[in-house]
Parts: sequence; structure tokens; C-alpha cells
Amino acid sequence: MGQLHHGAIGFPLRRTRLAPGSLAIIRLRFDGPDRPVRWGQFTQFREGTPGVKVAVFVKQIPDPTGVGRLDPLTHLLVRDGTELVLDPGDANGVEAALRVVEASGGEVVAITMGGERAAEVLRKAMAMGAGSAIHVADDRLRGSDALATARVLAAAVARSGCELVVAGTESTDGYTGTVPAAVAELLGWPALTFAKVLEVDSGTVRIQRQTPAGHDVVEAPLPAVVTVTGAINEPRYPSLRGIMAAKSKPLEQLSLDDLGVPPDEVGLAAAGQEVISAAPAPERAAGELIEDDGSAARRIADYLAELKVI
Amino acid sequence: MGLILVVAEVAGGSPTPLTLELVSHGRTLGDEVAVVVLDPEADAVLPALGAHGASQAYVGRETAYREHLGQPAAQVVSALVDRLHPDLVLFPGTQEGRDLAARVSARLGLPVLANAIEVTKEGDAFLVRTAIFGATVDVVTRTRSRSPLVLVRPKSFTATASGGPQPVTEVLPLPAEAPLGARRLESVVAPSAGPGLEEAKVVVSGGRGMQEAANFEVLEHLARQLGGAVGASRAVVDAGWVPYALQVGQTGKTVKPDVYIACGISGAMQHLVGMKGSSHIVAINKDPDAPIFKLSDLGVVGDALKVVPALIEELRARGLR
Repeated sequence: MGQLHHGAIGFPLRRTRLAPGSLAIIRLRFDGPDRPVRWGQFTQFREGTPGVKVAVFVKQIPDPTGVGRLDPLTHLLVRDGTELVLDPGDANGVEAALRVVEASGGEVVAITMGGERAAEVLRKAMAMGAGSAIHVADDRLRGSDALATARVLAAAVARSGCELVVAGTESTDGYTGTVPAAVAELLGWPALTFAKVLEVDSGTVRIQRQTPAGHDVVEAPLPAVVTVTGAINEPRYPSLRGIMAAKSKPLEQLSLDDLGVPPDEVGLAAAGQEVISAAPAPERAAGELIEDDGSAARRIADYLAELKVI
Repeated sequence: MGLILVVAEVAGGSPTPLTLELVSHGRTLGDEVAVVVLDPEADAVLPALGAHGASQAYVGRETAYREHLGQPAAQVVSALVDRLHPDLVLFPGTQEGRDLAARVSARLGLPVLANAIEVTKEGDAFLVRTAIFGATVDVVTRTRSRSPLVLVRPKSFTATASGGPQPVTEVLPLPAEAPLGARRLESVVAPSAGPGLEEAKVVVSGGRGMQEAANFEVLEHLARQLGGAVGASRAVVDAGWVPYALQVGQTGKTVKPDVYIACGISGAMQHLVGMKGSSHIVAINKDPDAPIFKLSDLGVVGDALKVVPALIEELRARGLR
């Protein structure tokens, strides 16, 4: 993993060797805290409450408004030639994590697993306000399934020292939705899932969990994993100042060896299943498409009558 | 040999419809179907599970399974899977099922496959079909591990009674040292939760194209005229226009009505997977390129805010109040 992440020229850089073949750059900060410190927080810090260190999982996915493609041979998601974005569900996660820290003090660490370009979503999370980032990148991770992903992310959380993990309910490209709870199990933590409201107070997490009938109020002590739905907040746009600040925030790149995750537990070979075909779903018969010229309502009513619905 | 383990869910003293779908389909995948039922009302549902083909039942009656999310059940189900070595474990594709399958996967190092819409046996392995990219691509995955964990979407299989007797039952105690984890303090039922969305013959759904929450009133009116239920896209649920109970799609409800009328819904991938099984689809959208039109039998390029009120008038003229 020899990739270096360069920022603007003129600031001193410090390179830290993490493991053979793995380099990370940690930028020294001369611009003071990148987050305005309010009096309440300051008082809290003085009293010895360090706030909450929150990890937020982010994933780079093909633009969900476009059409997804699978490689016909490997059946893996095609990422080349597709616009790659921060998963919109994860933007809700970043926002939720930032609000926890803004209310209680602490810091947000953005964590991702992915190829070189995945660092882009870490910069985005830091532009929104995360203080630092961890990028797990290793060629041996290619083709990892949900369980392998959870093993890697759990190891990254353990290393980060975070006591709260915030994640989207499911990714917008794969929809598997099992990674956060699997991470919780690997860490031995509770998982509070499907949160539409999140509050952290004095070491306790409380959420409103969306249910088919309404919502449940669910509580657990820290450390814990929380997954959030799109209903929880409206993610902020990174400010220009935030984007500039993100370039000098620490982004640590880690390999499997750095995390101590055995290579035989991840990647395509370790996956407990193999995709044997990916084909266009049988299409519905081509329907009738009409322009509404004032008669569409009558046409729909006729159609409903044909179907004997009315 | 050939044991299929089904994780059952209980609601209001009955097995959920999805549970019966899984038990019924389990009969086609193995010689025997076992169920694990962790709920204070577990005993009440055993006759129905037996009648759908479960010959063995593993039961836990502690209230912890209702009061806590995932963790207590994960311990007991993991220990059971480790003991029985079933060929396959079927989980309901619900919030609870997902959290549980994820934890069992992590505890036992077993793969989990989510969003299955079809599961068949092929030799010693299973083929699991899922629909991705808004149900435009069908992916078939072959399992290659013992006891794979599969989360199944609702309405993928048909529940059919086998007329079987009450299953042979064993009680599983919850280990005293089990960490219980997150606790449910209260359950709030939203007053506007639309009953019958999953059973309705006609579903009238609205999306961003309805412009604002107040405009859902016309959809409610249309649904009343047609004897149907109102649904919604995730976008408008996230925006707070309507409760989550109305959400149709990947993380919401799966509906298969006779007629689905999509009003101002463009057809995001996660919405389509929840409604593409509808027998007939009518879509009204301003954008002629909206993906919803690829699925619709009758598509209207137009403003739902004009077309729906006009349709209500048209139906009124035909005698529907």
C-alpha cells in the first residue's frame, strides 16, 4: 500500500511507518482545533469528561442515481467508468455522528474499507467535520463478503479506541445490511438498529427505532453500535472551509497486517458463497406509455375497469 | 439427514406470515424442518408451525427475547446451529431477522446471504436468487459452506399447510451469563399506521412528486374509492411526510397487490424491489425517463397532482364515492 496522499504544499509533513510496505502521512496541525469549541464542551473537558469518540462507517459506491453494472466474468461490481460517491445512507451516519460530538464533545473518526479511490469518501466525511480517518486498503480484501468486511471493520474500530460506532442501516449498492450488527457481535457490543432519533448522554445511547407499527425506544450503555435511517437527519454540505481543512486532517492507511486480521479470513476465497450468474431480470411486457393531455384520468379508469378493480 | 432450520417470528400470538412461508418452503429443501421460536408466546404458535411442516421445535420463553435486541437470541440460535449442523438456516428478512442473522454469522463464522427471493437445492449446495439494482438484475449465488444463513424477503414463497402434527418440542434455556444488550424501553404505535398495506388488493403510493405532505390526502381519497391502501416511497418517509409504516421497498414493506398505482415516484432501486411483484402497475410521473415506467403496464407522463384529482373525479362520475 504505497499510496501517499498529498495535500497543499507549504505545510510540514510527518511520515509514520506503520508496517513494511504500508505508509501513512499524518499532518501536523498548526491551525488549532478544526471544530469550534463551545463553552459547555470546554467546561466538560475541564471536568475530565473527554466526550465520546465516535467511529462512523462510510462506503464509496457507484452513483445510485445511475445504472449499476456487474462484471460479466467476476460478477463483482464495476467501479471503473462509474461516478463514485459517498453512500447517501452513510452521509446520514456522518451527520448523526457529528451531532453526537457537537452535543457531548469528543471526536469523529471516519472508517472505510476499499481500494485507493475509497479515500475520497473519507475526505468527504472529514470535509463535513470528522476529525480523522482510517482507510483499510489491501489487495487481499477484493471480493470480501459481509462477514469478512465486518471482521476488518471491527478490528479497525478496536484499534481506533472508539466507543460508539454509527453506520447506515444498509449500503445503497448491496443492501445486505448485516455488517453493523456483525461488527457489534465481534466486539461483544449491543447494536441499536434502524434509529430515526439518536441521543447519547452520560455513557448511555438511546434511540427511537423505526418499526413497522411506529417506533420503539431502545437504550444501551456505551460501547455500542448504532445504525441510522435516512429519516434521522438532513446531512450538511461540506463548507469550503471544511473542504480545505479536510486536506490537512490525518488519514491513516492500514493493511490487514496492521490490523492483525488473518488474510485467509477475507477476500473472495474466504467467502462462503460464490456468484454463479448475474443476468438481466425477466422484463415485464412493454407497457403502454401515454402523455397526459387531459385524458389520462379516463384512460386509467378504463384500465382499472378492464382489470375489474372498479 | 437434510435438516432445514427456520427461525420463527411471532406477532400477536401467531406465527408471522413470513415464518409460515419459510417453514413451507423448507419442506422442499430438506427431509426435515426444525423451527426455533424465541418468544414468551412460543407455545401458542407450535400447532400452526407443525401444520406447515415443522417436525421439531426448539423453544425459548424468556421475556428477554422481546425486551432486548438481538443479543440473547443470537447466543441461543448460534448454540443450536452449532449443535444441529443444519444444511441451511432460513431467517425472516425483517429488522429482527437481519440483526440476528448478522450476529450468528459473526459468532459462528458462517456466511449470510440477504434479500433472497428464491432458494433451491443443487446437490449438496443451495442456489440463492436475489434481485439487485432495483430488481433489474437477477443474481444467483451458490453456497459453499456448511449451514449457510439465508435472509428471505417476504412473499417470496407461498405458505402451504402440510397437515403435520404438533412438532416434537425441546426447551432451550437462556444462559444466565448471556449479555442482554440493548433494551426496549417502550413501543409506540403510530396512530396513522396504515393497516392492510401488505394485504390490500390495490395500493396507491406516493413519492416526491406529490410535492408536500398535505397532498397525500388525495392519495388517501383515491385509495378509499378503490378499497385499497396508501403506500409511500422512502424519500417521503425520510422527509417525515408519512410514517415509516407506509414505506414500500427494500427496508419497508413488500407488496404484491393486483394493482399498484405509483404517483410521483421515479422508481429508485430500493423502492422497486418492494413492489415489482404487483400484478399490474400504473405509474404517473412527470419525467418520461423515470425508471418506474420500465415496470409499468400503463404509464402516464404527467403531473400526479393533476392526474390523481382528475382520476378521483372520473371515478366519482362512474359512481365511486
